Amino acid sequence: MKMSRLLSIGRFLVPLLVFAVMVAFLARGLWLDPKEVPSPLIGKPAPAFRLTEVAAPERTVSKQDLLGKVYLLNVFASWCESCRYEHPVLVEFAKTGLVPIYGLDYKDTRAEALKWLGQFGNPYQASLFDGDGRVGIDYGVYGVPETYVIDKSGTIRYKQIGVITPEILHNTIIPLCEKLNAAAAVEANKSS
Amino acid sequence: MNKVLSIFLACLLGALLLQAHVTAKEAEPIGDPAVEKRLSVLAEELRCLVCQNQTLADSQAELAADLRNEIRELIRQGQTDEQIKQYLVARYGDFVLYRPPLKTSTALLWFGPGLLMVAGLVALFVTLKRRRARIAEAQLSASDEQRAQQLLNEEVEQGGLS
Repeated sequence: MKMSRLLSIGRFLVPLLVFAVMVAFLARGLWLDPKEVPSPLIGKPAPAFRLTEVAAPERTVSKQDLLGKVYLLNVFASWCESCRYEHPVLVEFAKTGLVPIYGLDYKDTRAEALKWLGQFGNPYQASLFDGDGRVGIDYGVYGVPETYVIDKSGTIRYKQIGVITPEILHNTIIPLCEKLNAAAAVEANKSS
Repeated sequence: MNKVLSIFLACLLGALLLQAHVTAKEAEPIGDPAVEKRLSVLAEELRCLVCQNQTLADSQAELAADLRNEIRELIRQGQTDEQIKQYLVARYGDFVLYRPPLKTSTALLWFGPGLLMVAGLVALFVTLKRRRARIAEAQLSASDEQRAQQLLNEEVEQGGLS
């Protein structure tokens, strides 16, 4: 008799459990952003590049030149609508001087980019011109804006796909930069 | 009637020409047919990250065109299909592959449907077996059978089956 009671409870419980599991999977799927594809480059050395500056075609900057400091590499373009929403956040952040920001001007023209930077402000230590998007491909860029946090050994630590909101900046990027800066300082002390 | 048909055919021809014109405008630099053939097979297996539900072969996104050109270049350099896929995976992750590789993180994806089918078959088997047992239990005893037959006969005699 006990067995049959168990069976009749199971009759309701099993479908309920199956339903709960299904709901859990679907709910998770609902909150995931399909546009955010985790980058395989995180924790790996940033791809090498040698690019000219947007403002000065005769000056080149390479990844080697940027080694030894923590910096942000922000992919932007004058044709990119959402970059305009992000830009004021970067301009404000650049004023704090916590880490330098380098721009990667993706599939753009120099003239348009300079006009854009003149209009909206220039938070970049230097902006690098990637007119044909080849460096963008090496960095796995597929939706501008994107931002990489690169540590002093040239390793990518974080990738922000899409706009950096003030929340993302304060909750994620600033704490990470502070941590990386502190780690860099400890190592500098050790070696000196 | 012939006139209608010829107008229709003229429109069709016009539409086709227009279509050809539009495609020609968007065409990428096409060179070696052997390269194009390999590209089209390879690009069918790769996902465009901008549109996500289109292959690199179908997508009109600018990034897809850039990546197709990149793949052409790699083919010309003599890279194998596997090397080219690795090149893209290193940059964009497994997501670019329409056929995800078998890893611990993708095990559920690969085996989930099979597991669900096995679970379904087990449930079906158990249910059928239980039902058969219940039918066997419901077999009439010899005396019940006799009584049922008797009742039926009575009804026939009374003409109750009208």
